[in-house]
Amino acid sequence: MNNDATTDERGPYLLRLEHVSKRFGGVQALDDISFNIRPGEVLCLAGENGCGKSTLIKTISGVHRPEPGAVMEWEGQDMTGLDPARARAMGIQVIWQDLALFPEMSVAENIAFERNLGARPRVVDAAAMRREAGAILERLGVSIPLDAPVRSLSIANRQLVAIARALVADARLVFMDEPTASLSQKETDALIAIVRRLSEQNIAVVFVSHRLAEVLEISSRVTVLRDGRYVGTYSTEGMTQARLTELMTGSSFDYAARPERTDRPAPILSVKNLTREGEYRDVSFDIAPGEVVGLTGRLGSGRTELALSLFGMTRPDAGEIIWQGRPLRLQSNRDAIRAGIAYVSEDRLSLGLVQPQSIADNTVVTVLDRLLGPGKLLSPKKKKRLVDDWIDRLRVKIGAAGDPVSTLSGGNQQRIVLAKWLATEPKLLILDSPTVGVDVGARAGIFAIVDQLAKDGLAILLISDEAPEVYFNADRILHMRDGRLIEEFIPARTTLDHVEEAIHA
Amino acid sequence: MPRFLSSIGATERWLILVIACICIGLSLATDTFFTLVNAFDLLNSSAVNVIFAAGLLVVLVAGGIDISFAVGASVVQYLAVIALMKLGGGNWAIGLILAAFFGFCLGAVNATLIYHFRIISIVVTIATFNLFFGLLMFFTGGVSIYLLPDWMTRRVILFEHETPAGWAEITLPVLVMAVVVLATWFLMRKLSLGRQIFAMGDNVEGARRLGINIGAMHYLAYGWLGACAGIAGLMQAHYAQEVVPNALYGRELEVLAAVVLGGARLGGGRGTLLGAILGLALVAITQNGLNLLGVSPYAFRMIVGFIILVAISMSGETLGFLTERMRRSRRADDVASGGAE
Repeated sequence: MNNDATTDERGPYLLRLEHVSKRFGGVQALDDISFNIRPGEVLCLAGENGCGKSTLIKTISGVHRPEPGAVMEWEGQDMTGLDPARARAMGIQVIWQDLALFPEMSVAENIAFERNLGARPRVVDAAAMRREAGAILERLGVSIPLDAPVRSLSIANRQLVAIARALVADARLVFMDEPTASLSQKETDALIAIVRRLSEQNIAVVFVSHRLAEVLEISSRVTVLRDGRYVGTYSTEGMTQARLTELMTGSSFDYAARPERTDRPAPILSVKNLTREGEYRDVSFDIAPGEVVGLTGRLGSGRTELALSLFGMTRPDAGEIIWQGRPLRLQSNRDAIRAGIAYVSEDRLSLGLVQPQSIADNTVVTVLDRLLGPGKLLSPKKKKRLVDDWIDRLRVKIGAAGDPVSTLSGGNQQRIVLAKWLATEPKLLILDSPTVGVDVGARAGIFAIVDQLAKDGLAILLISDEAPEVYFNADRILHMRDGRLIEEFIPARTTLDHVEEAIHA
Repeated sequence: MPRFLSSIGATERWLILVIACICIGLSLATDTFFTLVNAFDLLNSSAVNVIFAAGLLVVLVAGGIDISFAVGASVVQYLAVIALMKLGGGNWAIGLILAAFFGFCLGAVNATLIYHFRIISIVVTIATFNLFFGLLMFFTGGVSIYLLPDWMTRRVILFEHETPAGWAEITLPVLVMAVVVLATWFLMRKLSLGRQIFAMGDNVEGARRLGINIGAMHYLAYGWLGACAGIAGLMQAHYAQEVVPNALYGRELEVLAAVVLGGARLGGGRGTLLGAILGLALVAITQNGLNLLGVSPYAFRMIVGFIILVAISMSGETLGFLTERMRRSRRADDVASGGAE
C-alpha cells in the first residue's frame, strides 16, 4: 500500500501518476488519482461502471490530457503532453473491449498492421507480415491460422490476435479492458496463462474486469476507483471479494446463503428424464412457485441447452415436462410464453433494448397486443398504466417515461429489460447468465429484484457459471456436467468452497 | 480444384460459372457470339465501364458510396475539352492528365463534404450528382460539343487481325482500362495506403485508434474514383466522338450494381477487382447476347435487372447469409410476437 515513493524495495516504477484530474465540462471524471505500476507487474484496475477507469486509461494512452498539476512519469521521466502516437511509441498499448480489429482481413495482417501505417506509400511485404505475426503468436504459445479472416475466429482467438498486435509494437505496458467478458472459463484460464507469460517477459499488464475472482487470482495489486476518486491501491494477498466489493461500491453487501425453505409447495414445473441427444441426458428436477433454483456447470455442460428446451426453442427427444400438474408439449417458444414461461438470455439483458427509444416504448414492446384500444389502435392510457406499474414494482429510477433508455444507468436499464419480459406475466422466469458484463453494484440490484420476484410467487431458474452467484441467491443449486444433472446442493447446508470445488473439479 | 480457382473468392467463382454458362449458351444459339470480332467489340465497348468500376470499388471498400461519378465524368469531358481547346489542342498525355486532375477535384469535393461536414456519403453524392449535372446543363444549355481536337476523334488501333467475320481490333480504351485496373490493383493490394483504405472500410474506429489518417484516406478514395471517372469520361468522348451532357447520366447505377454483384460489400472492407470486372462482364455479355439474338432492345433492361437479381440471390455466400438471417430473425420474432399473446 505504498503509493507515494517513486521506488521501493521492489524496484523502480515503469509508470507513475500523481494528482491526475480530468474534467469534461462540469463533470469531474477523474479527481486526484494516483496510479503506478512496475515492469512485469500485473495490476488490476477495479471500480464500477462510470468510476473513471476508461478515462484513466485514455489519459495514460494519450487520448485525454490531464488537468495542469498532474505528475506523469515514465521510467522516472516526465511524460505529460502525451499524444496517442507517442504513447504507442513508448510501448503503451490498449486492448479495448471491442478489440478494434479488422474482421475482413487475415490474422497475419491484423497482427502486423503496424507495418502498413504511415502516410508515405510503401509496398506491402506480405511475407514479412506473416513471419512477424507467426513469431508473435509463437511467443504467446498459441496457434491460429495466419491466413484466416478474423471474422471467422472465435471471440477468444480474436482476443489473442488483439494481444498479439499489441506485442508487435514492442509493448511494455498493456491495458486489457474487460478481456474476459465474453470468454468461457476454459478460455479465461488460457488468457490468464498468457497474461502470466507477458509478465514473465517483463511486460506490465493492467487488467480491467468485473469478475472479482479473476481480479484476485491474476494480479498482485489492485487499484480501486470510485466515482472518479482514488480509493487506494491494495495488495491482493489477503483481499477477499467481499472486501473488494465494499471498496468499489462504498457500501457493504449482505453475503449470506438464503435460509432453507421449510414449506414445500406443489411444483409448478417438473422435468422427468428429459433427454436431447448430444445436449443433455436424463435430467429430472422440479421447481415450485416462489423458489429460486440455481443451475450451474461449466460452459458446454448443457445448462443453456436445457433452458432452451424448457422455453420450447428446441424439442427434447425423450422425457416429460409437467407444467402445473399436466404434461406440456412445447411446439415453439410461443407455446412456452402462452403457458407462462419467460426466458431472458444473457445478450437480451445487455443488448435487449432499443437505446434511442423511450423507456415506455421499450417496456411495452413485448405486450403491444394487450394495449389495443378502440379501433385496434394503441391506447396511450393502457400503455401508461402498464409502464407506471412496472417502473413502480421494479423501483426503476427514471426521469420521465418518455426519456430515451440510453439516459438510464446500466442497472436501471436491466430493470427495464426485466420489466419488458415480466410484462408477459410469466409464472416461471428463466434467467440465463444475467450478470455477464455487469458491475458489482448493478449485480446486487438484479438479485434484489430476483429475490422480490420470488417473494411475489414467481418460480425462477437462475443459470450462471459463477458459483458465488448461485450460492448466495438460490434456494437450491443444480449442478450439471456433460449434459447430466450430477448433484444438488442446498446452500444453507453447505459452504461456498464446497460448491466451487465441486464445479471446478 | 486448380490453384487459380482456389485462390479466388466464392462470389468470383460463382460469377465465372454463370458467365461460362451464358457464353456456352450464346455460342450454341448464335454463330456471331463466339468470334474474335465480337469478343474485341465487347472489350472495346466495356472499357469505359471497367474504368468506372475500378474507381468505384476503391470507394466501396473504403466504406463509402458515390452516385455522382458518372455525371462528374460528363463535367470533366466539358472542362477537359474546353481547356484543351484553350491550350491549342494538346495531345493524349495532356488530355489524360487534365481529365484525371479535374476528376480528382470533383472527387475531393465529395470527400470534403463527407469527411469535414460529417454527412453520410450517399446523401452527399446524391446532392453532388444533382449539383454537377445541374451546373453542367445550366452552363452548357444542354449543347453538345462535336468539334473535338483531331487526336481525340482519331481511332487508335493497338492490334488488328483479319478474320472471316471482319477485322478484329483492340483500341486505345482497352489499354487505358488495363493500366487503370493494374494501378488500382497495385494501390489496393500492394500499397500500404490501399491496406489502410481496407482497414478504414472494415472498422473505422479501429483504424482511427491505430492512427490511420481517416481524412487523407477519404481524399484518396474519392479522389481516385474521381480521377478514374475523369479518364473514363475522356475515353467515352473518344469512343463516341462527341461530348453530350447526358451521355453518361444513369451509368452510375449500372456500374454500382455490377460492382456489388461482384462481391464488394456496401459498408466497406470487402471487394475485389476481379469480382467487379466479372460483375460488369456478366451484364455486358448478357446485353451483347440479347442483341445478337435479336431480342427487342426495350427488353434489355428488364432482362439485365432480372439476371442481376438471380445471380446475386443465388451466389453461395448470399444464400448462406440469408438463411442465417432468416433463422435468427425467426427466433427473435417468435420471442417478440409470441409475448403478445
